[in-house]
Amino acid sequence: MRAFKFSKAADAGNAITLVSANTGARFLGGGTNLVDLMKEDVMHPTELVDITRLKYADIKKTGGGVQIGSTATNSYTANHETIRQEYPLLSMAILAGASAQIRNMATNGGNINQRTRCSYFYDVDMPCNKREPGSGCGALRGINRNHAILGWSEKCVAVFPSDMAVALTALGAVVNVEGAQQTKRSIPIGDYHRLPGDNPEKDNTLKQGEFITSIELPENDLADHSYYLKIRERSSYAFALVSVAAALSLNGSRISHVRIAMGGVAHKPWRASLAEKWLAGKDATEENFKAAAEAELKQARPLEHNKFKIALAKKAIIRALQGAMAGGAYGLHDKTDQG
Amino acid sequence: MSETGKPINRIDGRLKVSGKATYSAEFNQPNMAYAFPVRATIAKGKIASIDDAAVKKEPGVLSVISHKNAFRLKPLDIQAQMKAGAAFLGENLPPLQSNIVHYPGQFIAVVVAESYEQARAAAYKLKVRYTVEKGATDLKTELLKSKKPKMFMGEEAQVNEGKAAASLASSTNRVDHTYSTPVEHHHPMEPHATVALWENSDQLTLYDATQGVGLTGTIAAYFFGLKPENVRVIAPFVGGGFGCKGLWLHTLLVAMAAKAAGRPVKLALTRQMMQTNVGHRAATIQRVALGTDANGKLSVMRHHTDSYNNLTEFFEPSGKQSLVLYEAPLREVTYNVAKLNRGTPTFMRAPGETPGTFALESAMDEMAYKLKIDPVEFRIKNHTTKDPMKGHEFSSEFLLDCYRIGAERFGWSSRNLEPRQKRNGKYLVGYGMATATYPAGRSASSVKVVMKSNGDVTLLTASIDIGTGTYTVLAQTASDALGVPVERIEVKIGDSALPPSPLAGGSQTTASIHPAALEACKLLRAQLAALATADPASKLNGRKPEDIGYADGKLFVTADPNKAESYTDILKRAKRNEMEACATTQPISGAGLTIPGALCTPREIPADQNSDIKQHAFHSFGAQFAEVWVDEDFGTIRVTRFTSVQDVGRIMNEKTARSQIIGGVIFGIGAALMEATEYDKRWGNAVVRTLADYHVPVHLDVPPIDVHFIGKPDPHISPIGARGIGEIGITGVSAAIANAVFNATGKRVRDLPLTPDKLL
Ligand SMILES: Cc1cc2nc3c(=O)[nH]c(=O)nc-3n(C[C@H](O)[C@H](O)[C@H](O)COP(=O)(O)OP(=O)(O)OC[C@H]3O[C@@H](n4cnc5c(N)ncnc54)[C@H](O)[C@@H]3O)c2cc1C
Ligand code: SF4
Repeated sequence: MRAFKFSKAADAGNAITLVSANTGARFLGGGTNLVDLMKEDVMHPTELVDITRLKYADIKKTGGGVQIGSTATNSYTANHETIRQEYPLLSMAILAGASAQIRNMATNGGNINQRTRCSYFYDVDMPCNKREPGSGCGALRGINRNHAILGWSEKCVAVFPSDMAVALTALGAVVNVEGAQQTKRSIPIGDYHRLPGDNPEKDNTLKQGEFITSIELPENDLADHSYYLKIRERSSYAFALVSVAAALSLNGSRISHVRIAMGGVAHKPWRASLAEKWLAGKDATEENFKAAAEAELKQARPLEHNKFKIALAKKAIIRALQGAMAGGAYGLHDKTDQG
Repeated sequence: MSETGKPINRIDGRLKVSGKATYSAEFNQPNMAYAFPVRATIAKGKIASIDDAAVKKEPGVLSVISHKNAFRLKPLDIQAQMKAGAAFLGENLPPLQSNIVHYPGQFIAVVVAESYEQARAAAYKLKVRYTVEKGATDLKTELLKSKKPKMFMGEEAQVNEGKAAASLASSTNRVDHTYSTPVEHHHPMEPHATVALWENSDQLTLYDATQGVGLTGTIAAYFFGLKPENVRVIAPFVGGGFGCKGLWLHTLLVAMAAKAAGRPVKLALTRQMMQTNVGHRAATIQRVALGTDANGKLSVMRHHTDSYNNLTEFFEPSGKQSLVLYEAPLREVTYNVAKLNRGTPTFMRAPGETPGTFALESAMDEMAYKLKIDPVEFRIKNHTTKDPMKGHEFSSEFLLDCYRIGAERFGWSSRNLEPRQKRNGKYLVGYGMATATYPAGRSASSVKVVMKSNGDVTLLTASIDIGTGTYTVLAQTASDALGVPVERIEVKIGDSALPPSPLAGGSQTTASIHPAALEACKLLRAQLAALATADPASKLNGRKPEDIGYADGKLFVTADPNKAESYTDILKRAKRNEMEACATTQPISGAGLTIPGALCTPREIPADQNSDIKQHAFHSFGAQFAEVWVDEDFGTIRVTRFTSVQDVGRIMNEKTARSQIIGGVIFGIGAALMEATEYDKRWGNAVVRTLADYHVPVHLDVPPIDVHFIGKPDPHISPIGARGIGEIGITGVSAAIANAVFNATGKRVRDLPLTPDKLL
């Protein structure tokens, strides 16, 4: 870790002004990701602006949906009554991530801005285009069993690690941001994170100095049938090998509305549009779930060590849809799948 | 009445949970500076130039040390080091003495500054240029030019080389498979840290997270050219060791830094450094072949291990258990060892047996399945009561009881011989078992006991408690040996100035130090009795020593217990503030002591006639039983139940002993299912570098663990009868789990860990 300037923002305007004025400045949420990266010398901001005391920690109903404050902690959000009742998928996803201690520190804004866990990214002695553009991708021909099977480029094969963001993607969330001179933008979650392409150094579309104020969840009819399935190498406190957020609504046995997103497979939360398309209007049967999973994973391109992720992802889509059918967070809450 | 064996709480438990136990990094000194090491970024080569100009400009920097300006340590000289008791280095590479790089992450410089943060920030500014050479980074490639070591720690390394082939070929039944295990890391909770303090340039004090204060002191003295008694090493509490807290280079490095800075200096390793600079368990590729006759009796066993080392002669001795378990007329155990440019491999909890029992006990399961015999039956059929190589009887051996009791407690009889027979919802359920074994060692040890006139007792020895319960069980032994309650006994350990004891390694602490504690207490009682019997005012006056008994803080006449006198009365009347006794005990064929100056009197220590390796073979045994649930869709495995029955001699404290076995089993679950450090062969770097990637079991991965002890004292190891217990718990665990996975799924995974990708 290198020396840096530290300040506590008086208000959002102040925080945005400070971070906009200095390309080396970063907002500091719970610090559970940024500070780790500083200790490893992966990131060396010259200035940190603490935003955790700003008044963006509320969770409130808006018209039809719900607005989640960016500085609310992951724990607070996951355990919030409204979220548990109306967006149980989000609760499940958050609680499947990290550990209780980390979730108590972590903020929602920080969570969706956390960086990849690719170990070449973390080891400053290794090449990594994300950390040091042009230095090469260590993982592409290295140890890549945890890496992407979808949407990767020769420049970067990393996966995005957040569980929360996978649920947000399935739920069609919108990220509200504010930049210098009070410019405001609302970014659909699908456009928030990016695929690596030629610029893996950019995780997302947020600009320097832009502050996430809130995340908005539109109203939906999915709460009765949603499920977050996370497959990992130990029962809790591990990032996903593959995760699936599945939510649907039924008209009799017929699927009237379905949303599926995957984690651990791409540089961003992967909306399984092909699977969704296949399922729309069909009967909710295992056969159809299977066909939908096949349809989605047809485009997958494995790396040397992660072929297993394709089979795993297919099975996970099927099981997550079954979990959703069975009542999701309300019904089947299987300790053996969820940490 | 006996305290020994009781499941009492740790006497140091309160200190630990209240944060009052002081670990080495917490021994802050006045005027202390901080050191942060700089590490090599190449696998092999030379440092061409090193430029510290920018570092020196950073705030707070006091000194930058590299091979160019480092204090010249005494050079390596194994013969001379052996003589001085200073041979046992983590790696044979005294730090900063040359510009040669042997592995990525090697310490090549150290920055000393006013604060930790300043030292760390300044360290980034060091400019190092290398002449890079091609490193040996791929095990399979390097094995082509590997060597066959002749010896392993004084034992023949190649046993019956080439002799098994004919017998295998003519065996009625044969299994022959290759098993592999990955690099594993110790990762004790407490990271390594050392505070070094010089006085008068010839007196060094090290507060060091070490498994052996004596060992660390002797080695430091050797390399700095100091008298052994002028180096004091202090480690009252150590937060786990598992083999990675011997002497590693940072301990010498910080002493060099303190010398250069002329101030006390602290150096604490980061987790990332612990992945490279304090050893690891080397990966192994093991080929095990078994042959039996038509009745399922083993006729031949062959166990070959391919592995590697670097900068020491140590290699993972995974054939060890194959020289001890089962009756078989012929066994061949061999090794090939390559050299890799990778941080140095070292001892890790049950070195050898942990990966070795995975291979052997998997092969035993494969053979049992081939023969359609129950795996427990198969082992009973091939049981041996003698050391198969040396022919000696085991000192004490109840392995058959372990199998029987374990099978009963576990409910083994409901297991199906054929796999895939048992389901629970979407899970396949399987049972597996394996034999556990670990050798029992004992070394010389000295313990001093002091009794105050108020009856308070202090026990002193330079032993270590790495979390195992040394403090507590010593107090229990003394309580029984003196008839004084545990609450009145203080234990002082972890200081090289105390009477010497062996390092906390090889599961030998209990077996070694308790005979000395017992002897010291006996001596003290005898001295007290001598005072009393010679004192006309005492009720014991004139009695012979052999007529005197003791209990409840008193001596009494055995024939007439009313004639009693308390220790305090005896001492007070004799106007003694305190009385002390010190004893050194030594097994008849055990290791010697390394700091002769600090031996207890009398100097000539008669061995106690126990632990005679010419008469008996000393081993502990056990049986491990696992139930797993496998989700075949995902390849995920849950260990849902575990039973461990252990024959480890006398149990000194049922609670701390149980904790050791539980900890061993959990360690084994980690090895079976998740622990592995992978390396990128292009550069030789580890790609698993932190506890976020190096998975160890979390609570939910750990099922209820049923531990049972046979509890029969070993009559030949010592007057106490306790063998070690720290390591055996992990042995056999990964095989029991892999065997259970086979029973559940019909899939045999021969490559650890059993991560989901291997079952898909
Ligand atoms: C050992 C470990 C295991 C973990 N396991 C998981 C897991 O299984 N699943 C999972 O999903 N996560 C996991 N995490 C990650 C954890 O969820 C994130 O570290 C956490 O959510 C980050 O939140 P934070 O507030 O601490 O972010 P910080 O570290 O404070 O910030 C992260 C980034 O977000 C930026 N930022 C923060 N707030 C805002 C804002 N309002 N506007 C704009 N930018 C902002 C910061 O500038 C910084 O760049 C794990 C973390 C650790 C250390
Ligand atoms: S995958 Fe991406 S993050 Fe990982 S090394 Fe390649 S460029 Fe860096």
